[in-house]
Amino acid sequence: MHDVAIIGGGVVGTSIARELSRYRLRVALFEKEAELAFGVSKSNSGIIHPGTQHPPALLKSRLCVQGNRLTKKLAKELGIDFKEVGELVVAFSDEEAKRLKELLRDGRSLGVPGLKIVNRAWLKKNEPNLSGNAVAALYAPTAGIISPYRWVYDFAENAAQNGVEMRIGTKVEKIRSTGSVFEITTSKGVFSATFVINAAGLYADDVARMVGIDDFKITPRRGEEFLLDKKRGHITNHLLFPLPSKISKGILVTRTSDGNPMIGPTSEDVADKEDLSTTAEGLKVVLEGARKLIPSIHENDIIAYFAGLRPVTGEDFIIRHEDKAPGFINVAGIQSPGLTAAPAIALMVVDILKKNSLELKKKAVFHTHRKKEYHLFAIPLEKTKRLIKKDAEYGDIVCRCEMVSAKEVRDAIARGATTMDGIKFRTRAQAGRCHGSFCTTRLVKILAEETKTPITGVTKRGSGSELVKKDRLT
Amino acid sequence: MFKRDLVVVGGGPAGLAAAISAHENGVKDILLLERDQYLGGLLNQCIHTGFGLDYFKEILTGPEYADRFIQKIQAIPDIEIDLRSFVVRLEKDKTLTYLKPGGLHTVRPKALIMATGCREKTREMVHIPGTRPAGIFSAGLAQKLINIEGLLPGKEVVIIGSGDIGLIMARRFTLEGAKVKAIVEIQGSTRGLMRNMVQCVEDFDIPVYFSHKVLKVHGKDRVEKVSVAKVDRAMNEITGTAFDIPCDTVLVSVGLIPENELIEMAGVAIDKKTNSPVSREVNKTSVSGIFVCGNSFKVYDYVDSVTADSELAGKLAAEYIRNRR
Repeated sequence: MHDVAIIGGGVVGTSIARELSRYRLRVALFEKEAELAFGVSKSNSGIIHPGTQHPPALLKSRLCVQGNRLTKKLAKELGIDFKEVGELVVAFSDEEAKRLKELLRDGRSLGVPGLKIVNRAWLKKNEPNLSGNAVAALYAPTAGIISPYRWVYDFAENAAQNGVEMRIGTKVEKIRSTGSVFEITTSKGVFSATFVINAAGLYADDVARMVGIDDFKITPRRGEEFLLDKKRGHITNHLLFPLPSKISKGILVTRTSDGNPMIGPTSEDVADKEDLSTTAEGLKVVLEGARKLIPSIHENDIIAYFAGLRPVTGEDFIIRHEDKAPGFINVAGIQSPGLTAAPAIALMVVDILKKNSLELKKKAVFHTHRKKEYHLFAIPLEKTKRLIKKDAEYGDIVCRCEMVSAKEVRDAIARGATTMDGIKFRTRAQAGRCHGSFCTTRLVKILAEETKTPITGVTKRGSGSELVKKDRLT
Repeated sequence: MFKRDLVVVGGGPAGLAAAISAHENGVKDILLLERDQYLGGLLNQCIHTGFGLDYFKEILTGPEYADRFIQKIQAIPDIEIDLRSFVVRLEKDKTLTYLKPGGLHTVRPKALIMATGCREKTREMVHIPGTRPAGIFSAGLAQKLINIEGLLPGKEVVIIGSGDIGLIMARRFTLEGAKVKAIVEIQGSTRGLMRNMVQCVEDFDIPVYFSHKVLKVHGKDRVEKVSVAKVDRAMNEITGTAFDIPCDTVLVSVGLIPENELIEMAGVAIDKKTNSPVSREVNKTSVSGIFVCGNSFKVYDYVDSVTADSELAGKLAAEYIRNRR
């Protein structure tokens, strides 16, 4: 018997879990994939938005600005690298420059701090590789970058540290209301909870339908992103945006918190909620858009690409208690600025729970801080030297492109990685320029050893994605 | 910080030959750093023959060829060998910082020979669209998994690229009982040695599609099929020629890139197109005293050429050290 069941282990579900873990409640989170963040969140671009991209009247705009502030504070508590790099929304004509003034006004009305319009001279000095065709830009200093999947894992670890049950690899199949509780049938057993929070991303409409709510539909909207070699890490100083259109932010030139420039995303409705393929057309569109901002970007700089699906339903977030199914709270249609808004969404959900009579008593002991893990690529060599003296395995380098040690890999597995992708997202091993050509062999062996599975059982991202077909020695 | 006369980075065929040659030319204080757990580099996984025809006038396998040099170097006490040693930083004055289990060390040699070999070009670098399921391997990784780990990466294979590693692996998979459905090569003829085309492809009846390219990789969790089409001279798809090949494994063998990120870090001039050092004379770089040999200098077809090139680098380094006294 649980007080709250959260369905969905992405950034929304895990940030709600962390917030709820402050209170004396029995909370369980259900995630159908082999690991958390394996749904929508893993393809997130990692941008913490200031709040300039959407009409100010929308709920998501308000939650974005609030979330932006909360993220900075939480990043320190949860021990994640968060960089405030600032953003520029670039105008290429006088007409576009006029629109910048509207964005400025809207942003100020929302309380977005530090906004100002900058001119050609400022751009030349502060963003030297930006196209000479840029006439002006809206500068928003509170834009930042974060690793989206590490953010999910950090929320989850802290939530678990504070008592939330993480039920991973557990798919919710049916939900029945008995009047006072929900009976939740999953692939791994039946559970019950007084409140259910539907944060199921692409499948939020399917989950809502389980309790008879069918007034919204999730349409997957695909975005392709392309990563450039870290060697090109200095082509921009800020995150670069064109002016937003009705359906999308446009093709951006940004960078990941690990230092790779990134170009994209495209914006295309697709039929299949599992269609994560990239396309030749997508590459063309993205290169064209990116070169409009930074003309020196070349196709040969691209070292990786991926596609993600946004769970779109209408223009705004759907965050509401369902009176037709009392105790059921929908948190659906969380596309951009969902990552930024996540901590604010969590507060809003707690508020909804309170208004619906869930008793919220704060725990006497709440661990606000998470024990950080080390990343050799993010610390100075002097610190690495001290680490290796404490634990020799920090000197055993497994991934040469990203400088990841065997100790970090084992640590990631101890913290919950059970797949090769899970190791990649937590440590960056396999995410470098050789894409695992060098490190895969050792990683497979370490993973098999630590999880006590045969090598033929090691998967990329869960059952069905086993890496090798046969082990001659067994 | 330790000072040495010569440091060699890389214990594959290039590093081995360079260190031995430098010693034969008078250098008596040599440190060789190898990041893996044993010497020999990629030769360890090249269990096929074809090595040493020129240098030893014999037909050897990769490990046999490597062993000739490993035996020789282990008998030279003046050459100190540090395994599991991974160089993380190189500065213009040749100061190297390296990690190994238990320690982080710095060393500054009078001369430096970089023998860091190559990495393989990935699927992403040649922009093959589609999904990113399990079952996509670089040819070299597949070779290591089979030859060193005894694992079978897949049962129905499509190989992208007809470079030597791809051809060798076509035969290798077939010998392990897998079905190689096709080799897909975008150019009109093979990129590899004719010897490999005959011994690996023709002898095993493996279908090769020249002037074809892979349009898309399909498969959600594991590779399920690839879409292939014929291309024109400009390498664009010829409409109406597309077809699918069901498979569970895709091998990518589309070229090698010299691993020169360390010298690039040190400010050595690098050719942006090839990733090789900009060089007026063989093995020399834009920084005097820093030499590059083997595949990280230039991608060679035969290891015998790597040995010849590396022996020259050893000689040049010895000369450089002599002149500095």
